[in-house]
Amino acid sequence: MSRLRKIFATDVYIVPLVAILMGFLVGAIVMLFGGYDPIAAYSALFKRVFGSPYDFGEAIREMTPLMLTGLAVAFAFRSGMFNIGADGQVMIGMTAASVVGIKLGGVLPSFLLVPLAVIAAAVCGGLWAGIAGYLKAKRGINEVITTIMLNWIALFLSNYIVRTFLLLQGQNRSEDNPASLSMTFLFSTFDNARLHWGTVIALAAATFFYVYLWKTKQGYEMRAVGLNPHAAEYAGMNVGRNVVKAMFISGVFAGLAGAGEVLGVFHYQSVFAASPGYGFDGIAVALLGLTHPLGVILAAILYGTLTYGSAGMSFGADVPPELIRIVIGSIIFFIAAQGIVRWVLKPFYFKRKKEKVL
Amino acid sequence: MDFVVLGQLLNTTLVFSTALIFASLGGIFSERSGVVNIGLEGLMMFGAFAAAVGGYYAQDAGMGEWAPWVGVLCAMAVGIIGSLIHAVAAITFKADQTISGTVINFLAAGSTLYMVKLFFEGSGETPLIDGFSKVAIPGLSKIPVIGEGIFNSYPTTYLAIILVIVIYFILFKTPFGLRLRAVGEHPSAADTLGVNVNKMRYIGVMLSGLLAGIGGATITLTTTGTFAHNTISGQGFIAIAAMIFGKWNPLGAFGAAVFFGFSQAIRNYVQLFEWSKSIPQEFIFMIPYVLTIIVLVSAVGRSSAPKALGEPYDPSKR
Repeated sequence: MSRLRKIFATDVYIVPLVAILMGFLVGAIVMLFGGYDPIAAYSALFKRVFGSPYDFGEAIREMTPLMLTGLAVAFAFRSGMFNIGADGQVMIGMTAASVVGIKLGGVLPSFLLVPLAVIAAAVCGGLWAGIAGYLKAKRGINEVITTIMLNWIALFLSNYIVRTFLLLQGQNRSEDNPASLSMTFLFSTFDNARLHWGTVIALAAATFFYVYLWKTKQGYEMRAVGLNPHAAEYAGMNVGRNVVKAMFISGVFAGLAGAGEVLGVFHYQSVFAASPGYGFDGIAVALLGLTHPLGVILAAILYGTLTYGSAGMSFGADVPPELIRIVIGSIIFFIAAQGIVRWVLKPFYFKRKKEKVL
Repeated sequence: MDFVVLGQLLNTTLVFSTALIFASLGGIFSERSGVVNIGLEGLMMFGAFAAAVGGYYAQDAGMGEWAPWVGVLCAMAVGIIGSLIHAVAAITFKADQTISGTVINFLAAGSTLYMVKLFFEGSGETPLIDGFSKVAIPGLSKIPVIGEGIFNSYPTTYLAIILVIVIYFILFKTPFGLRLRAVGEHPSAADTLGVNVNKMRYIGVMLSGLLAGIGGATITLTTTGTFAHNTISGQGFIAIAAMIFGKWNPLGAFGAAVFFGFSQAIRNYVQLFEWSKSIPQEFIFMIPYVLTIIVLVSAVGRSSAPKALGEPYDPSKR
């Protein structure tokens, strides 16, 4: 019991939990103003996610790229950079996986082809982010601008490559990709939900994130650069090299997200009409997860549940699914402005203190 | 290329630049006071939405030519309200400014579409409204090239150009501007001299909401005529780029915004030429973004952000 109390006494757990509750509350209030029934809406949301094995599997599928782009943004954040470019890195990763998978499909056996396509996606995503890192390190150019520009360039470059080299006759998408990350053995369990190895890759990436940043010397340097580049410079660390490396690793995560989508979910690549928005979801997930790998996983689960469930909400209770963005935005708001949450919790803190005195 | 085309190119450039000028001027107010504003995108969205809805109801009420101006007023008000969310979190509760700016983007994307569906029976788009029409300035509009290019524009374009000069003057030649910049460079010194740091920052952020709101409004009232999920699509982020590009100076940001507008306009014009048919369209679409990176690499160099940018002010740490 005392141990339980200790867990709940730590802000690290209690503040996000209360922030989530308050976010749901804001959503409920907004629904009431719109004349909707919040209880019906929220229960439709959760019923959509947990109601059938198929939907549960699809929700996990939805969470996977969120985890990886969340890790990408969080990793850059820890190294002192704001990577708005995960979106472009995902697209470049997708395109690399498509090119390798389709062009080498007939040549290589699948046990070589699939890893090669995944590695190509990771490396290309990393190099794409690395451009922004290099320009920041060498020329001092703000990474916010370069990553935004690189997002657009990635969109058009990917479309060009798909249209010119990979197009399926008469359609606006690539040929089918012979490389597959699908977990076919699980398909029947989850009623043909599109589960794939990308989820496992995402969990491995989160583990790598944790071990690298907190258990290795290189990771220590990277965090030092992120906390205070000037102090790190004085301590003899090469700030520029760390910036490039951090952006590269960040881009690798995003590239892997692209590989998962192309090789695990769609098995082909469409010509994008607009930016797919993975990177912007990644920013939210990273912030919700307090830029910690475990937090990012939990945040991706929350975010994935809410976005996947929001479709059910609009079917079941007629609430526009955009409402869920208000809920997510409010949760991030309360997590960021913890002062408000602490203020709400104040009476409870006071009670606890009194107990201690007695 | 004859003069008529040149004039049209200049005119299109200004149409594309106007929203960016407003939003980046807004960003300058916020960031000069020391508060990062990643939320420009969301603030523009609020503005575009409010202008579409306000303009629609004003038109419905028979206000005719004045309806778009009602839209602009609504956009200013909603922009300020939206920016207050950022201000409360970042200034009063000392939240991470990047995060609370991102919150604006999320809340704007969610709430505007939610309300559009609420107001217009589940439709994903507001009804089409009549926006501003171009106003030719007598006399000046007869000058070759420049007349067609500049003096035959939307009223919002004139307003944007005037504001660039006015805001430059306010920032660098008035006591208010001096205080605002001081708070962004060295808040504790400003505090010692009796400047209310938090108040100045609130004003900075609210002005950014107001201006970004107008920026969003110009998109619905001059370009699209409606508000939908893709009305803003990245313009706010480009405005941030213009602000950084212009080194947090109104004149610089104006130049950068016009540069972005020009590279968007030239994209449309290049397609008119026969030789452009041999270039894949994707490479033509890339022009603005590649140009930006090239210009940044070759000319601008290190950025010079306000020194206290991103730091919440804590008097006890003085």
